[in-house]
Amino acid sequence: MKIGVPNEVHTGEKRVATTPEVIKFLQKLGYTIAVESGAGAKANFSDESYRQSGAEIINNTKSLWESSNIILKVRAPELHPDLNIDESDLLKEGQTLISFIWPAQNESLIQKLAEKNINVLAMDSIPRISRAQKMDALSSMANIAGYRAVVEASYHFGRFFTGQITAAGKVPPAKVLVIGAGVAGLAAIAAANSLGAIVRSFDTRPEVKEQVESMGANFLLLDFEEDGSGAGGYAKTMSDEFIAAEMSLFAEQAKDVDIIITTALIPGKPAPKLITKDMVSSMKDGSVIVDLAAEQGGNCELTLPHDVNVTDNGVTIIGYSDLPSRLPTQSSQLYGTNLRHLLTDMTPEKDGQMIIDMEDEAIRGATVIKEGQITWPPPPPKLSATPAVKQAESVPVVTEEPKKPTLLRQSLPLIIGGLILYALGSVAPSSFMTHFTVFVLSCFIGYMVIWNVTASLHTPLMSVTNAVSSIIIIGALVQISSSDTLLAGLAAFGILITSINIAGGFAVTKRMLDMFRR
Amino acid sequence: MSAELVTVSYIGAIILFILTLGGLSHQETARKGNLYGMIGMTMAVLATIFGPQVTSNTHLIVIAMLVGGSVGITLAKKVEMTQMPELVAILHSLVGIAAVLVGYVNFMGGSGLTGIEKSIHEVEIYVGVLIGAITFSGSVIAFCKLSGKISGSPLMLPARHWLNLGLLISSIYFGYDFVHQGHVGGDQMIPLMIMTGIALLFGIHMVMAIGGADMPVVVSMLNSYSGWAASATGFMLSNDLLIVVGALVGSSGAILSFIMCRAMNRNFISVIAGGFGTGTGAVATGTVEDQGEVVSIETHEVASLLENAKEIMIIPGYGMAVAQAQHTVNEITKTLRDKKINVRFGIHPVAGRMPGHMNVLLAEAKVPYDIVFEMDEINDDFPTTDVSIIIGANDIVNPSAQDDPNSPIAGMPVLECWKGTTTIVLKRSMATGYAGVQNPLFFKENTRMYFGDAKETLDAVLKELQ
Repeated sequence: MKIGVPNEVHTGEKRVATTPEVIKFLQKLGYTIAVESGAGAKANFSDESYRQSGAEIINNTKSLWESSNIILKVRAPELHPDLNIDESDLLKEGQTLISFIWPAQNESLIQKLAEKNINVLAMDSIPRISRAQKMDALSSMANIAGYRAVVEASYHFGRFFTGQITAAGKVPPAKVLVIGAGVAGLAAIAAANSLGAIVRSFDTRPEVKEQVESMGANFLLLDFEEDGSGAGGYAKTMSDEFIAAEMSLFAEQAKDVDIIITTALIPGKPAPKLITKDMVSSMKDGSVIVDLAAEQGGNCELTLPHDVNVTDNGVTIIGYSDLPSRLPTQSSQLYGTNLRHLLTDMTPEKDGQMIIDMEDEAIRGATVIKEGQITWPPPPPKLSATPAVKQAESVPVVTEEPKKPTLLRQSLPLIIGGLILYALGSVAPSSFMTHFTVFVLSCFIGYMVIWNVTASLHTPLMSVTNAVSSIIIIGALVQISSSDTLLAGLAAFGILITSINIAGGFAVTKRMLDMFRR
Repeated sequence: MSAELVTVSYIGAIILFILTLGGLSHQETARKGNLYGMIGMTMAVLATIFGPQVTSNTHLIVIAMLVGGSVGITLAKKVEMTQMPELVAILHSLVGIAAVLVGYVNFMGGSGLTGIEKSIHEVEIYVGVLIGAITFSGSVIAFCKLSGKISGSPLMLPARHWLNLGLLISSIYFGYDFVHQGHVGGDQMIPLMIMTGIALLFGIHMVMAIGGADMPVVVSMLNSYSGWAASATGFMLSNDLLIVVGALVGSSGAILSFIMCRAMNRNFISVIAGGFGTGTGAVATGTVEDQGEVVSIETHEVASLLENAKEIMIIPGYGMAVAQAQHTVNEITKTLRDKKINVRFGIHPVAGRMPGHMNVLLAEAKVPYDIVFEMDEINDDFPTTDVSIIIGANDIVNPSAQDDPNSPIAGMPVLECWKGTTTIVLKRSMATGYAGVQNPLFFKENTRMYFGDAKETLDAVLKELQ
């Protein structure tokens, strides 16, 4: 089958759906690849580099769409400005389109595509299951967006991120608040942290606390119990009381921090308004807000989607919605790899024949139109990437107080031991008791001496104690002079085997110890 | 040499043995400790030979010691470091059989004692032979298990606890019979021999029931037994040197076993009773569900991950010993350290098949011991570690020990490698470890699986690095 990669026509879109590196892998799957001339130019992939990795370069847009069985794109089809026809009209029966579609927001597009009797796979509808992570384009794009958000913030922020003490004076570190610790939030935390800022983060899902801390940020806790984990690893809408507590936390933080990066999204709903006008006006002059939810209406009340604006008190609010596209080389590479993974799963025989297997949960989730039939929305995912909190945990567990051992129980072994010793002492001859004293004292010495042994020396210690325990040779030695041949023979045999042990034990210990070196 | 001089020599030997054990507690003094042991042993043996109790048959002594000594030295020179657990186990069995022999010889030689002293002496013989026989058969089974001659999985006889109890009671009964026959002038040999048989059986059954993962405990436990056997022999011969040294070894072995058990968060009694992973019954049904997909990784990716890291932690396990990969590991370590990358080793107390097994292997490969750390020393450093490499280990890096209260290994301290940035797991296949528990670590997002024989794959990585 032939894969076609056209130019992206959306204004400002710099990404491309494949890279020369990815093409090599696609060829191994048995596909031939055609790339429209100039498709990768804005992402720094020249036609020449595509050609070198084995792709055909086609100049004519229409013939590219015409001749391909599979079209790989970034953006959903829209009006082609040069040809003045809609890209979806370039599709014909039997073709397969794989790109971002956003079926929930673009119902008319879905209808239109379905009429074409084609297959459509939406990269934004890949379910969030562990197995499908490698093709999860939303995550890979969110990662880039989070990183780029910090870069944009630093561009508009008039100071260092890191604290420094220089000859010219002390520079305090910037304080960054990241709201929403999803993929984008975590990427932003990591980027800000590596620039040296003090990073704080908040999320309604308490289970991300550990992830946040592992990236080097402080997790802000609300004095309020409510779990915000919804299905599929996303957040859900919270109760009013929770939101009130949350808002007062943000208001307090707004006065303190220099940079706020918001990434709060709830699937299928407009972005929650978390940063109010009042909070913005309480921020310091020169502060920066990056609103990653701008496309869904923004987390900040003053965000202008797709644009940057500066408030009266000097706070810059960045509402770019094309952050991944601002790192086009990186995002094309990751997106291309996501597509490649998807195609790998769809080409089990590696023979260049794509199969849409509706039994495969990942492919089923992504398929929004199959042979003209709308198959969206898919059945809910069976397994979430982050396991839902077990129901059982909320059930109050009847904890059994561990019974405290009573004084009697504690001292019982001692008492029994003592009684046995006294019983022994009452019958045993004095010679035995002398030996017994020696025995008990030696046990204690052994205990004291060994207790602090280094773990790395356990093996040599065992082989040396083994050699030492062959002191039993003395027992055989004192009996060798028996006049009875049998007894003398047995004793000699005892000497023989304990000698093996003595020589072997000490020699092997020495050999081991000689190997330990600094 | 008079009896008094012999005693003085014994005192000297005792002190030297105590210094031996003390010296072996630390790297710096360990070699000196071993030397003390050799001197002490020589002193004790020579004093006995020249003492009043040895009057004839000296030629037998010389022959036996020469033959035994050369066999021992050959064994020690030839043994592979990976086979240390087996060697130690089989050496323990020699102490056990010697205790049995000495007991029998002493019994057959007669004591000339009467009354309560005779009874006590007979009990001493009886106990000495009993412990010796258990040590012998137990060590032989341990040797077979460790060297793979018999399966490492625990043998679960029905009603095994009752069987053990029965064996214990019958040996007490025959002990009574043994002493009683002495009083009435009957044949004492029969109960003694029956008991020896029972003790041998007991030793076999005891070690058979213990699973492969608990082998470190078994080895040090047998070590302890061999000490107690020597001590019992000392009582029998009224020899303080044997009593003291036996008690030293016995208690040190017991403490070592205890340390091992604590490292696995296991009860000492339950380890001895055997049957790991089957007794708990609730083998976490929750973990059977689809845990997601593992991400495998190629040689050049491993190499580039290592080259780009600043902090690397290597966690070896039994798989490294099996594959004999320790030398390659050292080469990789050297290469990376030359590139100014901080490479460290994290050793779990029960990694491998005997206490300190990994340390010995790494030492053999000449890994400097000051970059080899114990679990407690480095477990807090994982969050700042860039890459952790797990070489053939499984249960000791299993997060379900902490997360899953139903897991058979719940509560066992583990190396928290998943807190690092990336974990590379070298493994032959997706098989479970000795505990038979699935490892969620392999399915974690930051874990990469690198399948294959540890030696071959690491050789490939080394080539790539150079």
